Amino acid sequence: MSALTALFALLFYLATAILLVGLGRKIWQYARTPAPLKVPTTPAPTTRAGVVARLFREVVFFESLFKGSKWSWLFGWLFHFGLLLVLVRHLRYFTEPVWAVSALVQDLGVYMGMVMTVGLLGLLARRSLVDRLRYISAPSDYLMLVLLIGIAVSGLLMKYYFRTDVVAFKAFMLGVMRFSWEPLPADPMLIIHLGLVILLMLIFPFSKLLHVPGLFFSPTRNQVDNPRERRHLAPWASALDSTRAQGG
Amino acid sequence: MDKAEFETPELKEYTVVPLVQEGSMAHSKPFVAKPEHQEQLGFPGELVDDWKERALDKMGELLGKYRSLQVFLDACVKCGACTDKCHYYLGTADPKNMPVARQDLLRKVYRRYFTLAGRYFPALVGATDLTEAVVEDWYRYYHQCSECRRCSVFCPYGIDTAEITMAGREILDSIGVGQKYSNEIIGKVHRIGNNLGLPEPALADTLEGLEEEVEEDTGVAVKFPLDQEGADVLLVTPSADFFAEPHVDGLIGYGKVFHQAGISWTLSSYASEAANFGIFIGSYEHMQKVAMRIRKAALELGVNRIVVGECGHAWRVAYSFWNTLIGPFDFLDPAYPAPQHICEFTYDLMQRGALKLDKEANDDKVVTFHDSCNVSRASRMGDMPGGQFIIPRALLRASCNHFVDMAPETINENTFCCGGGGGLLTDDLVELRVKGALPRMQALQQVIDENGVTHMAAICAICKSQFTKVLPYYQLGMDMIISVHQLVGDTLVLGDEQ
Repeated sequence: MSALTALFALLFYLATAILLVGLGRKIWQYARTPAPLKVPTTPAPTTRAGVVARLFREVVFFESLFKGSKWSWLFGWLFHFGLLLVLVRHLRYFTEPVWAVSALVQDLGVYMGMVMTVGLLGLLARRSLVDRLRYISAPSDYLMLVLLIGIAVSGLLMKYYFRTDVVAFKAFMLGVMRFSWEPLPADPMLIIHLGLVILLMLIFPFSKLLHVPGLFFSPTRNQVDNPRERRHLAPWASALDSTRAQGG
Repeated sequence: MDKAEFETPELKEYTVVPLVQEGSMAHSKPFVAKPEHQEQLGFPGELVDDWKERALDKMGELLGKYRSLQVFLDACVKCGACTDKCHYYLGTADPKNMPVARQDLLRKVYRRYFTLAGRYFPALVGATDLTEAVVEDWYRYYHQCSECRRCSVFCPYGIDTAEITMAGREILDSIGVGQKYSNEIIGKVHRIGNNLGLPEPALADTLEGLEEEVEEDTGVAVKFPLDQEGADVLLVTPSADFFAEPHVDGLIGYGKVFHQAGISWTLSSYASEAANFGIFIGSYEHMQKVAMRIRKAALELGVNRIVVGECGHAWRVAYSFWNTLIGPFDFLDPAYPAPQHICEFTYDLMQRGALKLDKEANDDKVVTFHDSCNVSRASRMGDMPGGQFIIPRALLRASCNHFVDMAPETINENTFCCGGGGGLLTDDLVELRVKGALPRMQALQQVIDENGVTHMAAICAICKSQFTKVLPYYQLGMDMIISVHQLVGDTLVLGDEQ
């Protein structure tokens, strides 16, 4: 058992724990914090089913962003859906037998890695070239893109130039998951790729990647437009309600 | 501020997104509330010594009370979709008027004191200490936002800068730095019952004068009842409707509709204001206290329905918040929505054939419609989403032969704020108001040039006052702005014949 294997196995445990606990804490915080007033951005759905459809369109099609900025939408959508297929393709390293859905996108997934990279480069170009975006960008906003580009490019390089032993890597990954470690192939590109992924998992709950759970808790998007029909009262507001100057 | 101190932006043929000009509106800030205006609302009279601790405490408190604030401060990815959506950015080019940058004024402090990344790596994530300079920026730029929510339409996470601005103003109030205009007015409503500080005798006088005027004009005795117990409808309308131009012509229009429908109605001298500036300063408590007068008046007068006059933010508060703040309305007639917008009320009568309109009376006009931000993006009319766009237009089409809409990216939920909403309708912010009106003025100029538009109708007291003030800066007539119910009233055939 090499030190490298132990290091990465432990890092995976740590990153997974921080990702899950960190995200869980934020989701718990969002769920617990009341939305005392009805504030959907209207026109808004008047039924729960309508809200589900609205959120679905936001998550899958980035509906509002499409209205807001065609370039951001294009690059953002390419990135996210490239990433989605790439992740599904990567399931083959975590499942035995390989899940059907992962096998299905086996070939497509590689091209999606390129699509994802194009999207990220587009977003980076927009952030660097448009003066308004430069103004609102902190170093972390650029670095986040650089990190994701690093993950995508190191993955593609491994596919085409610096081949690694994927069978051995899968054995390592399954070993980590089953708490019965197998050696990690000591290929530099694989180490870079995994290191960057672990870094991404670590910063996820402390960064703007919180937009992922945030969208589902956004009151302007997830509220039903029915304030006249249904009385909506948050716990802290209901304390005020009982002490309010009663009008008769 | 003098006319000469700034240049009115030039109207172009199409919208030009300006290049960032840092600090171009750094000089703009409204008068600070005097101690007496602050203290009457329970806020410290002036900047407190321990402002930093108190501001951070307040921020923490608000983060726990409003999910919107917590989620919005976390979720922004700086995608930039909102950066060219704010009328104040388009009109001033000050980058802190880009919605995301306005949010960042609060977000950078949130990150510094409330997040792990900001605590340990402030420079990396753009987090900064809370300093006096930051508080000054808050005061300036949270008073360059009209809380119109246009940015929230385009944000992939629905981040609503209005929520951030309200939180910013709430924090400022809590450390003793309130805005004179809003806080003085809220005090007046608490004391007297309306924004203008108009007492009952003056109101009664005004309404009597209106009755005489309408009878002279039309020969019909249209009544404007005050404090009439047992009336069917309580009408709550912005107090500007009582005498400001062009608002009062709208009030005359409501009166004619009630008269012709044969529905008894009344105004209340106790609740003589639909406007509720509590929303502008983000104060749930003051919003509730202001609104409570209306519940009380409705109960005392024993009415069956509450109808709200033409006012944007008032309709947001009434439609979206009243049931929460002062409901339930179980004492009103369940056959009607509570509350009901005057446009819904009139539309309903039209659908039932209770009103006869002679459109030709408005044949001298080519009319367009300015969607008010709070009506468009924070409320509804009727029973289907988007009714707030359909119903006022239906009234206009029913009362005008010549109606045209402005460019689609400037109407409905995409509408541009008039530039004076959200507690900014004050003379100490004229430059901001003129510049913020630019996108609307441009869309208006286009329909003037292409369709010969002569009038722009609106259903908001703030919009009407704002346009009356800023139209002349753009070489347009201040009397172009008109109430929807003036157009309805002018075409309404009064009398018994059917």
